[in-house]
Amino acid sequence: MNLSAINVPSRMPDLSTGSRIDEVGINERVARFQSRSIKTASKVEALRLVLSMIDLTTLEGQDTAGKVGQLCQKAIHLHDAIPGLPHVAAVCVYPTMVGVARQALEGHDIKVASVATAFPSGMASLAVKLDDTKVAVEQGANEIDMVISRGAFLQGEYGRVFDEIATVKDACGDAHLKVILETGELGTLDRVQGASMLAMHAGADFIKTSTGKIQPAATMQVTLVMLQAIKDFYCKTGRMVGMKPAGGISKAKLAIHYLVMLRETLGNAWMTPEWFRFGASSLANDVLMQLMKQATGVYQSADYFSKD
Amino acid sequence: MAIPENKLAFEGGWQYSPAPESIDHINLKTKYDLYIGGEFVAPESGRYFDTVNPATEECIAKVADANEADVDKAVKAARKAYNGAWSKMKAAERGKYIFRIARIMQERAREFAAIESLDGGKPIRESRDIDIPLAAAHFFYYAGWADKLEYAFPGRKVKPLGVAGQVIPWNFPLLMASWKIAPALACGNTVVLKPAETTPLTAMKLAEAIADAGLPPGVVNIVTGAGQTGAAIVTHPGVQKVAFTGSTKVGRIIQKALAGTNKKYTLELGGKAANIVFADAAIDQAVEGIVNGIFFNQGHVCCAGSRLLVQESVADEVVQKLKDRMDTLIVGDPLDKNTDIGAINSPMQLEKIESYLEIGQQEGGVMHQSSCALPDKGYWCRPTIFTGVSQSNRVVQEEIFGPVLAIQTFRTLDEAVSKANNTPYGLSGGIWTDKGAKIFKMTQKIRAGVIWANTFNKFDPTSPFGGYKESGFGREGGLHGLDAYLNLEA
Repeated sequence: MNLSAINVPSRMPDLSTGSRIDEVGINERVARFQSRSIKTASKVEALRLVLSMIDLTTLEGQDTAGKVGQLCQKAIHLHDAIPGLPHVAAVCVYPTMVGVARQALEGHDIKVASVATAFPSGMASLAVKLDDTKVAVEQGANEIDMVISRGAFLQGEYGRVFDEIATVKDACGDAHLKVILETGELGTLDRVQGASMLAMHAGADFIKTSTGKIQPAATMQVTLVMLQAIKDFYCKTGRMVGMKPAGGISKAKLAIHYLVMLRETLGNAWMTPEWFRFGASSLANDVLMQLMKQATGVYQSADYFSKD
Repeated sequence: MAIPENKLAFEGGWQYSPAPESIDHINLKTKYDLYIGGEFVAPESGRYFDTVNPATEECIAKVADANEADVDKAVKAARKAYNGAWSKMKAAERGKYIFRIARIMQERAREFAAIESLDGGKPIRESRDIDIPLAAAHFFYYAGWADKLEYAFPGRKVKPLGVAGQVIPWNFPLLMASWKIAPALACGNTVVLKPAETTPLTAMKLAEAIADAGLPPGVVNIVTGAGQTGAAIVTHPGVQKVAFTGSTKVGRIIQKALAGTNKKYTLELGGKAANIVFADAAIDQAVEGIVNGIFFNQGHVCCAGSRLLVQESVADEVVQKLKDRMDTLIVGDPLDKNTDIGAINSPMQLEKIESYLEIGQQEGGVMHQSSCALPDKGYWCRPTIFTGVSQSNRVVQEEIFGPVLAIQTFRTLDEAVSKANNTPYGLSGGIWTDKGAKIFKMTQKIRAGVIWANTFNKFDPTSPFGGYKESGFGREGGLHGLDAYLNLEA
């Protein structure tokens, strides 16, 4: 038997034996990341990096072309009072808004990401999910954020989940695929690890914690388990996979803790918007506020920063 | 799993700026006298020695060098206090004094932590988050026992021993002082304590705290000095109980000196603990446990997990992950909040560790060290692992007391047990597996005083601590820790 063949991506990993994640150990490691003291120059560098990694997001039933247009303006002009700021990595919208975003971001190096596959529940037939994906790609989405079928995964139908991800990946064409595990519905860290492996083997370019519609959304614990899965996958296959925690990260300090975790788990190669994103709507303004504080020594009123 | 071929890179890129703990708030004198009979008195010897910051090699303060006459004064002061106020006091009142010490320690925790790191070289993260809170917790815990001793030993009459002579090491200066003083006082004894000569400062700050707590003069006496001072305490005829934490070598000398006397004694000595990782363990968390087991406090820990026994099917994976993790450990200024590994406590200890690095390589071991930068001044050692070593090698057998891990593999549970027990020591051990039954099977077979399962180096005042074989005898901590300071009569 050729052992190395087992590790080739696009083969389904064996989840039958289950993984072993020790929650107490994960909590302790996370506490160590949080005890890192990030000050002065390293703080400013981190804040700028956080900005450049943000997927500025609006995923509401009430979204309109006007709302998305405003979001795109915010993406381009984060806070012009500070010259030389990086722009965010992407704006993230529903498929019907991709065209609007594409147009608004014309001429700017900001990606358009679209949720797809019957986001957020994923409760639709495969045909509908593929159509959903294709529409978004045709409208010009650079990145597709799909959801996995959590019901199928929890029932142990790993093959079905794997095939679905692989098929959607095909439908994406050149667009990058982010696979949302919706960790808040998976229940255990072992399952988070298993779902991460499944998604990566099925071809995910990114794995993402949450839709933002289910609590708990991203936590450092869940993200650490996923980062360690990315590390294991990379060591076995040599393929880098990106990470996107989404939902619940609204403070700069917390975002910096995530960067510490990223740096000490996966190293420097992942410390770019190409490999790490924050899915967030209100994080950017807190980061901007902290940057102004670092520059001027005082906190400004929140009203100095545009809401959207 | 095959050997991972794709390596991660942790060098360069985003770095953490220095985040030093301020020392503006600490209050240190340039010269410390002996604390005898409730007062700070100059030594009869007239001599003082320097205590040095191991991270800068600069002298922090001068400290009195107590001779036999000084020790005699201290023991007499302790006896006087024992015969006087302390034994006449109600137990509940005694408890109140101990509570008061605990509260003062908490109030001054920041100062204690900074001084502990200055004087001993340990990272501020550890002195702030572990040493000082645990030290205060010991006083709180034993304060509660002071008026409940008859409930600890039902049906027995409990009586204090008298004067306890206590000699403590340099690796956890304030914490060891608390392990010794708190149960002694709770049981109604008085104390003569000698801190280690390289780390006397937090003990002297503790003396100030005890003075501020208003303890009757002579209940706690703290004398500083080196081995001679310790010997004078141990052999003094006025001492009824000896408590020692330190090397097995000195432990042997003490045991010889005490043979034939009716002094009660407890010895907490060296160790060479095995951290045993089974293939079914949570590997990433086990790696973290290995790191905490051997690199905590620069490996200056008697219960350190200085041997790693890893099941062969996961050995390559574990070693690679360990190397990756070692590359993220920051070695440097103990007062920086981001420092993971501080300074080696003294040039003598650094020399000893470096000699073992030589020995390990001469024995054929493969040495790997992390690539971190080291400061120019001070005493430093990179985190180090040896692979390809065996039971017959000295780096596997002997206590190095530094950040040096010897890694071996095993195939079966029985082989792991046999290797783990094949050491003259028996202080601690660690077991990493997802199977509860395996944990219980292993803990029954490993001859060690403390065995951690899926964690390592966890301490609590309620939990007894102590060794088998040449790791010493007697237990400190918990209800067992009271036994060592009491005469139990039927």
